[in-house]
Amino acid sequence: MMEKIAHGSDVTHHYLRPKKKFPNVWCAGCGNGIVMGALIRSIDRLDLDKDNVAVVSGIGCSSRMPVYLDFNTLHTTHGRALAFATGVKIAKPNLTVIVITGDGDALAIGGNHFIHTCRRNINITTILIDNRIYGMTGGQFAPTTPGGSFATTAPYGNYEKQFDVVKLAIGAGASYVARGTVYHVQQLEKLIEAGIKKKGFSVVDVVSNCHTYYGRFNKEGDAVEMLSWMKKHAMPIEAVRKIPPEKMKGKFVTGLIHEHDATEFTHEYQMMVDRLAQKEAEK
Amino acid sequence: MKRSGIGKARLLQGNEACVRGALYAGVEFFAGYPITPSTEVAEAMARELPRNGGKFIQMEDEIASIAAVIGASNAGCKAMTATSGPGYSLMQENIGYAYMTETPCVIINVQRGGPSTGLPTKIAQSDTMQARWGTHGDYTAIAVAPSTVKECFEETVRAFNLSERFRTPVTVLSDEVLGHMREMMVIPEKGELEVTERHKPDVPHEWYKHFEISPSFVSPMASFGEGYRYNVTGLTHDEDGFPTANPIEIKNKMEKLRFKIERFADEIHKIRMDMMDDAHFTVVSYGSVSRAARQAVTMARERRIKVGAIQLRTIWPFPDMKLREMFAGVRKVIVAELNMGQLVNEIKRVAPRHTEVFSLARYDGEVMTPHQILEKIREVIK
Amino acid sequence: MTAANGKKHGKKEQTDRYEIRLSGSGGQGLILAGVILATAIGVGDGKNAVQTQSYGPEARGGASRADVVVSEQEIYYPKTMKLDLLLALTQEACDRYYPDMKEGGILVIDTSLVTQVPTKKYYGFPFVRLAREEIGHAMVANVIALGAIAELAGIVTKESLKEAVLERAPRGTEEKNEKALELGFKIAREAKRKA
Repeated sequence: MMEKIAHGSDVTHHYLRPKKKFPNVWCAGCGNGIVMGALIRSIDRLDLDKDNVAVVSGIGCSSRMPVYLDFNTLHTTHGRALAFATGVKIAKPNLTVIVITGDGDALAIGGNHFIHTCRRNINITTILIDNRIYGMTGGQFAPTTPGGSFATTAPYGNYEKQFDVVKLAIGAGASYVARGTVYHVQQLEKLIEAGIKKKGFSVVDVVSNCHTYYGRFNKEGDAVEMLSWMKKHAMPIEAVRKIPPEKMKGKFVTGLIHEHDATEFTHEYQMMVDRLAQKEAEK
Repeated sequence: MKRSGIGKARLLQGNEACVRGALYAGVEFFAGYPITPSTEVAEAMARELPRNGGKFIQMEDEIASIAAVIGASNAGCKAMTATSGPGYSLMQENIGYAYMTETPCVIINVQRGGPSTGLPTKIAQSDTMQARWGTHGDYTAIAVAPSTVKECFEETVRAFNLSERFRTPVTVLSDEVLGHMREMMVIPEKGELEVTERHKPDVPHEWYKHFEISPSFVSPMASFGEGYRYNVTGLTHDEDGFPTANPIEIKNKMEKLRFKIERFADEIHKIRMDMMDDAHFTVVSYGSVSRAARQAVTMARERRIKVGAIQLRTIWPFPDMKLREMFAGVRKVIVAELNMGQLVNEIKRVAPRHTEVFSLARYDGEVMTPHQILEKIREVIK
Repeated sequence: MTAANGKKHGKKEQTDRYEIRLSGSGGQGLILAGVILATAIGVGDGKNAVQTQSYGPEARGGASRADVVVSEQEIYYPKTMKLDLLLALTQEACDRYYPDMKEGGILVIDTSLVTQVPTKKYYGFPFVRLAREEIGHAMVANVIALGAIAELAGIVTKESLKEAVLERAPRGTEEKNEKALELGFKIAREAKRKA
């Protein structure tokens, strides 16, 4: 069991692995560290036992996160984190299962697993760190790279269409869909915390910065400039509801965008098992 | 029903016997995707597991199926999947992950003709080499192969045992004919067959190394939720499971993946011999082909040909030494297989100089018949 | 390692090996009949039995067949090699599988469906018509055929076959199935007497 520690970096350190992992692999100013901090504080607020938290990830910059975290951690293959996590959750439903993934990991190579995990509405929380590019392989375009943007595999500008993660997750059946940014850290913490609490599949899309590639290729500046852009262009859902749609041009919605109550996979499975056992007993 | 003759004998389908074997071995988790000719395994699991305290899930594809299996295994379950060629191809990525992360799991491959979609309803043994070299990188694979319905049961139990003992994925190489045939078998009583349980750590949490390099080669395995909070990664890692670029640690890891199995290879090998005592000639095969071989050898013996049959129940690791010993008095070996010649190259590799090796390959989707083998025997002994 | 002694097995040709094929078209319940027969022989009589079937596109809709191999000893080759008994419920099945028969093997056909029989030595019964007219249910034609086969081939005891049939019979149809089986025994017995 954990001993509770009051504030700041003490909290963070309580959930980090001290041995042989630091410095981390991320570029200075990367949003991944901010998300990791937010995740740690959400878990701390929820007072979860470290032994009962499993963090699963795929491949990519963001997916390197679990190795730093002092939980049960599974760093898997590219795109497959949700499928592995599904196995963990069904095997031990009492574990809190959190998936860390990126836009390429979850939406390109892992797109099929993403929509099917949404559909099953299994009690897993997915934090999708969305930096609009493949960082680890050096800046190729992703399914989230905006049209006209530059990437090493889009040297003349990206001519593909993009996924809207939020719409995709809602359409596929996730019972909790939110968007935060690495600038709005307090909001992000709350969104993650509520996502973990929600019984069902939760998606938290986190707008993040890859100044190393995306920022550089598209003249969006360094980490600070990219975070400033988020500050200017993020619109909380509460505000969005009050303004006419044309005023949303160039902006993006943040906050808890969708929530509904639906039957959860492991619960339904247990209900079936109980029904069978009762039938058997009646015989 | 009144059962005279063989005690509690029952008529079981090969695929169903795999399921019974898995339940006997204590399977707790199955994830799969429907594919002919393996689907009966998933169907029986969907019926049985919820009533036996286990978990069943039909995933969105084979990649996800084996991923879920590995996830469940790390959460402490004896876990398995079943598939056929195309699905086995899709699974290779994560089977590699299981090798690297030393995660026990069982894959039943009810083989059909390939490549690609190939022959969904017809027999083949064309995944023989894929079971050994299917995923990228170096590792030592274990694959076992039944030839009867009873052996479907036994080899599935053995696959679980080997998987748990060596912390590695194990493939059961079945085939379409075997999977769909119904045959008599007696389900063993509890305790009759050995069932191996996962070796758990007995050290305090902070001492635990998930990938410890130990004198016993195979490290104990804790599960998620037991307080050990270890890291698992497909990146080459150190004993703690953290990614490494250190050449010594890399080398140690690679050698562990190989020697934890190869050092105990003679405990993994299983071979059935028929009429081999005085044999100058022999037919080597595995799976349902071995039954045609036994029949052919019986027929050849009628014609006073001194021929025997060798059935490999362990395909990988390949029983080099054992076969070399068996070939001591053998002049000619026929390797009968339902592919264009995969096993034959292994036999050529291990055969002593005095032993000539002949290939009898069939790859038209049809079964190997006893007459075909008999004909080959008569041809080579001339 | 299981090593079988060469000398002991040297002369073990399976002389008692008996091969049966039940053939016709999809929907005639032939696979089920094969399973019932193998169960009766294996579970009931304690012999070895292997049941195989053609599987795949050809098994859908069109042709259907189930093979059963019976032996007191271990059955090596699970598929049929030369048929001791062929049941053909369609002309197509009869034409296709007649060449697979052993010399002196028993051919059993449905006389209302097979009109051109390639030999004079055969047993013909109107299974489907009998099922409809005598039992009142066309679905039990396969059971009548099983009864006839049991009587003609003598490779399964009637008690075991009856048990296996009743075990598989849907609830409420037990009586009809039993009647069908008895009818099968009877018509074959009479045919044997005449032959």
